[in-house]
Amino acid sequence: MSEAALIDEGLPVPARGDIIHMSGIRKVYDTGKVTVEALRGIDLEVSLGEMVALIGPSGSGKSTLMNLIGCLDTPTDGHYELRGERVAGLRREQLAEIRNRRVGFVFQSFNLLPQISAYENVEMPMLFGGLSRRKRRERVTALLERVGLQDRMTHKPTELSGGQMQRVAIARAMAMEPDILLADEPTGNLDTSSGGDIMSLFSNLWEQGCTILVITHDRALARRAPRQVEMRDGLITSDIRS
Amino acid sequence: MLSRPLLVFQLFLRSSRVQKKRAILTVAAIAWGSLSLLLLLSFGEGLKRQLTLANAGMGQNIAVMWPGETTMPWNGMPAGRPVRPRIEDVALVASRVENLQAVTGEMRSWRTAYTYGKRTVNGRLTGANLAYGDMRNHIAEAGGRWLNPLDERYRRRVIFLGFELAEDLFGDEDPVGRSLLVDNTPYAVVGVMKEKMQMGTYAGPDAGHGVIPISTFEAQYGRDRLSVLVVKPERPELMPAVLLNVREVLGAKYGFDPADERAMGTWDTVEGAKVLTNMLVGIQMFLGIIGALTLIVGGIGVANIMYAVVKERTREIGVKMALGARRSWITGPLVLEGLTYTLLGGVLGLVMAVGLVTLLSLLPTEGNEALEMLGKPTLSVEIALANALVLGTIGLLAGYFPARRAASVDPAETLRYE
Repeated sequence: MSEAALIDEGLPVPARGDIIHMSGIRKVYDTGKVTVEALRGIDLEVSLGEMVALIGPSGSGKSTLMNLIGCLDTPTDGHYELRGERVAGLRREQLAEIRNRRVGFVFQSFNLLPQISAYENVEMPMLFGGLSRRKRRERVTALLERVGLQDRMTHKPTELSGGQMQRVAIARAMAMEPDILLADEPTGNLDTSSGGDIMSLFSNLWEQGCTILVITHDRALARRAPRQVEMRDGLITSDIRS
Repeated sequence: MLSRPLLVFQLFLRSSRVQKKRAILTVAAIAWGSLSLLLLLSFGEGLKRQLTLANAGMGQNIAVMWPGETTMPWNGMPAGRPVRPRIEDVALVASRVENLQAVTGEMRSWRTAYTYGKRTVNGRLTGANLAYGDMRNHIAEAGGRWLNPLDERYRRRVIFLGFELAEDLFGDEDPVGRSLLVDNTPYAVVGVMKEKMQMGTYAGPDAGHGVIPISTFEAQYGRDRLSVLVVKPERPELMPAVLLNVREVLGAKYGFDPADERAMGTWDTVEGAKVLTNMLVGIQMFLGIIGALTLIVGGIGVANIMYAVVKERTREIGVKMALGARRSWITGPLVLEGLTYTLLGGVLGLVMAVGLVTLLSLLPTEGNEALEMLGKPTLSVEIALANALVLGTIGLLAGYFPARRAASVDPAETLRYE
């Protein structure tokens, strides 16, 4: 029996090594006046331990795809499994839990909470995840060391440079040991040298076994990733493994 | 709606601070509203206590019965016959009427000459039974006493003076133990009434009359028909039954229908007290509503600031949602924040109200009748609780609606625009 048939019958689909399994994903924004089809049938597989660069011009649907992968949004149509779990039809609170435990977000504009320290920013997802105080302290310290900010823990985001803020954001994204790290233009607001540092950090994390999906329109940076997926007008136009 | 309240509290402590000026203005608005509510209710409470006290001045739970005329034919006798009870009927009523706590007869002379030394004052004179003292709230000032059984038994010429009459006659002198002339007959003053507030009267204010034993009155003036009969039931709710019982007992003797209420005209103060209580509750509710409205204006201020906060923090809320915050972890801290402003303002208002009420209670009110009737503003625990209740409700609502908007934030939407 084919997988689609299994799904139609409501039977469990056999587990695979996939982190992401998407087929026929469509996303339509209906603002009432205009209907925009941001994604027009995406099929995408990402396996454990892969590093994928998602490239394409603006408006090609990269960010929409990332929001769907990260469960910030739900597809209009299609089938999506995150590490073997069907995401469609989950309640808001269940989606929140998936975002907390299974996905780590890194944004272009860092999106750190400005009023609290680097330490507390990294700790935030762990608070949501209900980790004990001791465990939180161990993990936050280890993560900030891993991104090289062990001596900046008590600094507020405004007291950090752009590159440092993005490192804090990456540590925060790793807080709950997610299945996949999603980064949307993580170097977009950085100068070339700190941008390069951040990409090196992603490479290191990948070498240590993390699964990473990076959106970028910078082809030079994209070339650092072993797999490049290109999008255009809501469709995947090429998928190259180098 | 709250899961993991401790987390909500932690998140509340870590949420960004509102502009100081804005927060101060909001807290001030709540404090002002709270102060208005508290002061209005305090004045209401003071008025209530004062009026209740004044109402009790004549005596509590008593009924006054006047001799009247029959309005119904009875046992072959026509209507329109006068009913004129005598002194001996007081004992009759006392022994026959059930559930009666006390009864007294009263005889009155409306124009009696009181003479002390060279001064003569015209005033009212009342002859009464001993029970009158307690029933009608005639309490002696220190050094004096009320009439006693021997006074009544031996028809002693002793007199208990109202405080105004005493002052008119004796000035600064202490009247107790002195002699005066009552319609040219010497009497000894045994006591002076302690000052009291009195709202209701049926024979002029008590402050201006003198009271002598009813037996002495009979001896001096040669009359034995009562001016009024005053009864007090064991419990206020027994009043109608007691009044009917009195009419039965006297009706049997003087020949009238117990159902004939006009045979003995009656003033039931229990009914009056009920009306007064209802009126005062009405006044307090009115004052409370005005105060609450003022407070609601403050609450709108809080809601306003919270809406602004939600708008300002839209991105922050989106980020928290992306990190896996549940809805209640977004709304909870916001509701807590709204409540904090409200309660902070409330505490401030309470402190100011306590200060003002304390200051006002130091103002002298003696001699000014309007102020005396208004009484002292009084802050009671109930008022503070009512205020807290209104504040809490307003705070919750003022936080809840903005928080609900926050919860409807679409994280994908807020994070899309970089």
